[in-house]
Amino acid sequence: MFRNQYDTDVTTWSPAGRLFQVEYAMEAVKQGSAAIGLRSKTHVVLASVNKANSELSSHQKKIFKVDDHIGVAIAGLTADGRVLSRYMRSECINYSYSYESQLPVGRLVVQLADKAQVCTQRSWKRPYGVGLLVGGLDESGAHLYYNCPSGNYFEYQAFAIGSRSQAAKTYMERKFETFTEASRENLIKDALFALRETLQGEKLTSSICTVAVVGIGEAFHILDKETVQALINEFEIAGEEAPADETAPQDQDGDAQPAAADQGPADQGVAPMDM
Amino acid sequence: MTKEHANWSPYDNNGGTCVAIAGAEYCVVAADTRMSSGYNILTRDYSKIAQLADKCSMASSGFQADVRALQKHLEARHLIYQHQHNKQMSTPAMAQLLSNTLYYKRFFPYYAFNVLGGLDSQGKGCVFTYDAVGSYERVGYSSQGSGSTLIMPFLDNQLKSPSPLLLPAKDAVTPLSESEAIDLVKTCFASATERDIYTGDKLEIVILNAEGIRREYMELRKD
Repeated sequence: MFRNQYDTDVTTWSPAGRLFQVEYAMEAVKQGSAAIGLRSKTHVVLASVNKANSELSSHQKKIFKVDDHIGVAIAGLTADGRVLSRYMRSECINYSYSYESQLPVGRLVVQLADKAQVCTQRSWKRPYGVGLLVGGLDESGAHLYYNCPSGNYFEYQAFAIGSRSQAAKTYMERKFETFTEASRENLIKDALFALRETLQGEKLTSSICTVAVVGIGEAFHILDKETVQALINEFEIAGEEAPADETAPQDQDGDAQPAAADQGPADQGVAPMDM
Repeated sequence: MTKEHANWSPYDNNGGTCVAIAGAEYCVVAADTRMSSGYNILTRDYSKIAQLADKCSMASSGFQADVRALQKHLEARHLIYQHQHNKQMSTPAMAQLLSNTLYYKRFFPYYAFNVLGGLDSQGKGCVFTYDAVGSYERVGYSSQGSGSTLIMPFLDNQLKSPSPLLLPAKDAVTPLSESEAIDLVKTCFASATERDIYTGDKLEIVILNAEGIRREYMELRKD
């Protein structure tokens, strides 16, 4: 009821004790295309949906390498995400320069959160409109954090953000107890399954998603398209639950999908500014 | 009327010698591992060679504290480059960066005498040689440090190509094979060790080629 009166700038409280500008920023995250993260004891997997505006344009980059041991997946205003990734890279480089060791993930997310908080308490700024899933490894093990525009951050076993992320979260809530001890391959498989949940029936192919892994003895890197497609085929998650054999080309599964999916749910959830 | 001079210097010379030789498809970068101060030996086992990129190494003699600071600076800059360009820096790019970095401290220099060696983007060997404030040149071979006055004339004798003023123009790259270049380097250091008190203990050789990077060591006289 009072939203319109108290939402002009971030330094105005509402009578109910809310900062609407910050909440609007979190709304921007919900409108972005999905990004998910899950972790085991030894690995963290980040995955995101990458939809291009048109066939002619390139895909938006949503997963960034921050350092050998840390990567980040974003949802929301990707430009804000890019800028924050640059900040995170800079912090990691400065830390290794000074201490000749890797910046612990927990320290990085606190710095990131403090940076976000500043923007919630300055009249000439606006909050960052991006949610970040920070996945990384340090001496205390594998970690996955979610950083919010509000300046809050939480550690997770598995999480999903962006549009239709609830579908992925539901899948992961069912399976998260298996994640800690999961092997690297199963963790990636679960990530792809969870990602597929957010597509609402649209066919999962390596051209619309990005997957990245970091683990003990494995520097953060984004898996290339061929590897991802091979994994999708191997885990038979290209189309519906049709138990097609592994050698069958994905065309068989997805024939009906492209025509229907393109006009339908595909466009609704994604906000213009995410592209 | 005589000017008063400082009774403290921010610099020290830790001695040592560095050599690099460029081949058609390889590059050899070598340095001794002795670190000294005055007539004392601080350690017999200190590496002066830093790997700045997959196909680029730098050997530096002089004041090792400054050398280490310079190496860390370049490593950090290389990380930034990789984030921005999604690839490793080429050796000529690193050469320019090193020059700019050195000149940046023109009025309080890094006391570092550097040779940069690596493969260029065609896979050919390249060596760049520097002074303390960043003046640099691409050459086929070079040496720096306390033993350089002993080694350089020998390398000139063995490797020097005819003057660039002569036509037809000749390559700066040495027609030696990789194993011949390594043997030459070992000979250089064995000789320099005899007469230069700051050079000795052990020789570290880094060989960069298409297969990657490898290290060899050779014992030197310890006196």
